[in-house]
Amino acid sequence: MRYPVEASEVTSRSTRAADRMAIEAIERTAKNIVSTVQDYSLFAQRAVTNLFRPPRYWTDFLLQCNIVGVGSTPIVLISGFFTGGVLALQSAATLSEFGATSVTGRFVSLTMIRELGPVLTGIMVAGRNASSMASELGSMVVTEQIDAMRALGVDPVRKLVTPRLFACVTMLFFLTILADAFGITGGAFVTVFMNHQNGTQYFSQAWEHLTYSDIVQGLVKPLVSGFIVASLGCFYGMRTTGGTEGVGRSTIDAVVFSSVLIIFADFLMTQVLLTLFPPI
Amino acid sequence: MMETPQPADPALPPPIPPPLPPGPVLAGQVPVAPADPTPVVAFRNVSIAFDGPPVLDDITFSIAPGETRILLGPAGVGKSVLLKLINGLLRPDQGSIELFGEEIAAMSEQRLFPLRTRTGMVFQEGALFDSLTVRDNVAYQLIQEKVPDDEIDRRVHEALTFVELDNTFALFPGSLSGGMRRRVAIARALIHQPELLLYDSPTGGLDPITSTTIVELIVKERDVFRTPSILVTHRLQDAFTLCTHRFDTDLGRMVPIPDGKTDPSTTFLMLEEGRLIFNGSLHNLLHTDNKFVREFLE
Repeated sequence: MRYPVEASEVTSRSTRAADRMAIEAIERTAKNIVSTVQDYSLFAQRAVTNLFRPPRYWTDFLLQCNIVGVGSTPIVLISGFFTGGVLALQSAATLSEFGATSVTGRFVSLTMIRELGPVLTGIMVAGRNASSMASELGSMVVTEQIDAMRALGVDPVRKLVTPRLFACVTMLFFLTILADAFGITGGAFVTVFMNHQNGTQYFSQAWEHLTYSDIVQGLVKPLVSGFIVASLGCFYGMRTTGGTEGVGRSTIDAVVFSSVLIIFADFLMTQVLLTLFPPI
Repeated sequence: MMETPQPADPALPPPIPPPLPPGPVLAGQVPVAPADPTPVVAFRNVSIAFDGPPVLDDITFSIAPGETRILLGPAGVGKSVLLKLINGLLRPDQGSIELFGEEIAAMSEQRLFPLRTRTGMVFQEGALFDSLTVRDNVAYQLIQEKVPDDEIDRRVHEALTFVELDNTFALFPGSLSGGMRRRVAIARALIHQPELLLYDSPTGGLDPITSTTIVELIVKERDVFRTPSILVTHRLQDAFTLCTHRFDTDLGRMVPIPDGKTDPSTTFLMLEEGRLIFNGSLHNLLHTDNKFVREFLE
């Protein structure tokens, strides 16, 4: 009767080995996550504090403002315009059931300024610029250009990351204002030409119910989104490994994580801002 | 009698004699430059690993002023890692590294930047900045230091003339061949008159004629400026050419050192699986009884 005993021992030994492997895998993953968060925090802190110490690369800052700001303007304007239009179409259909189509302007402007303007612009800019930052810096890493820069005595974080970070924060602020304006215009277009409502009423509703807290909410969010887009784009670019395949992986990570983080940060900020500026 | 100009082909390595027992210095052997009390670079028991077994294990060596070290070893043995440790691009897990007399193993990145400006590094593929012209690549360090444009142009022309590529001044790296990119990288490394030069496989992946052109530039730099340097290579013919040739300023080209002698300031290091297995002159390298070295040479 030795055989059944040995079989159960073997089974329990292999179960213990499988448990141990699973625990090790969890431990490794947890360590990787903590290590990545720590690296990102240190990286972001260096990128921000560099602005307060010379040398500062103003030419690179202006160049990045052009790339991020001017380059992203068409997609932000187009997406803002059609988002406003869709909002007007959808809201008018629902509001008509309550005989409240006159408040379409109010609905569109508040939604655009408080939520959709900042979030959509952040995601559009993330898609365009987080990917370009990650791929550009990633290519520089794999071709040893970053090492060459360090070997030449230049801090790549100061030279490449800090200008991108502050350009993205600055430009996203203005791009969001443009997106809001074009969203409200898109809503007006649909309201006047498709729903055949009064344009003056639309704009007066859009304007009169706008409060200071709405503007603050709408303009704080792009600052955070801009920071997320540039810092994650540069972070994933600068830690690229594994050649051209690694560049592709970094680009995907930068876009995915920055988009998700923008939405998550928007949720947190909305909670905080609604507490600070409660709706009247 | 005038020395015969060397043809463009790389010099063939000398035949490998059987190993010699340790003994007195033989006739024709050029003694290795004596160790300087203040070496430019000093490694002491340096080890480094990347998620696995050590890439470099207990490495100890030094580079004296005016000395050229040739680091040999098969691909993937840790040669480039060693080079990047010298100027702090990588940090060791253990051991001490002194650069220009300063301990850099634990030095902050910010404090390393000024130290690195005193070194020049030529990367494996050149590592030129794609978005900048050759002029801006070569002048990168000078532009950061806000040197006036006229001065920059003059020094870039000088550096490009040294590598015989003055006609590429306004071109972008994308329009240069592999060999030209390496030469521009050498010009970039030289423009700041570095106190130490680090060459990371400068002839890797190049055809023999272009390789000889690059080696000739390195010999020229060694003999004209006497800058201490370390050259990583797995190409024996390049290593032997460096050791057996000198730059003739009158002829404006590299010529063999007569009577089978070698350059006394050019010595060899060899790595095997992360460990330093040889440190000495060409003569000692050719006569060593280390099995791996002999296999590598053969």
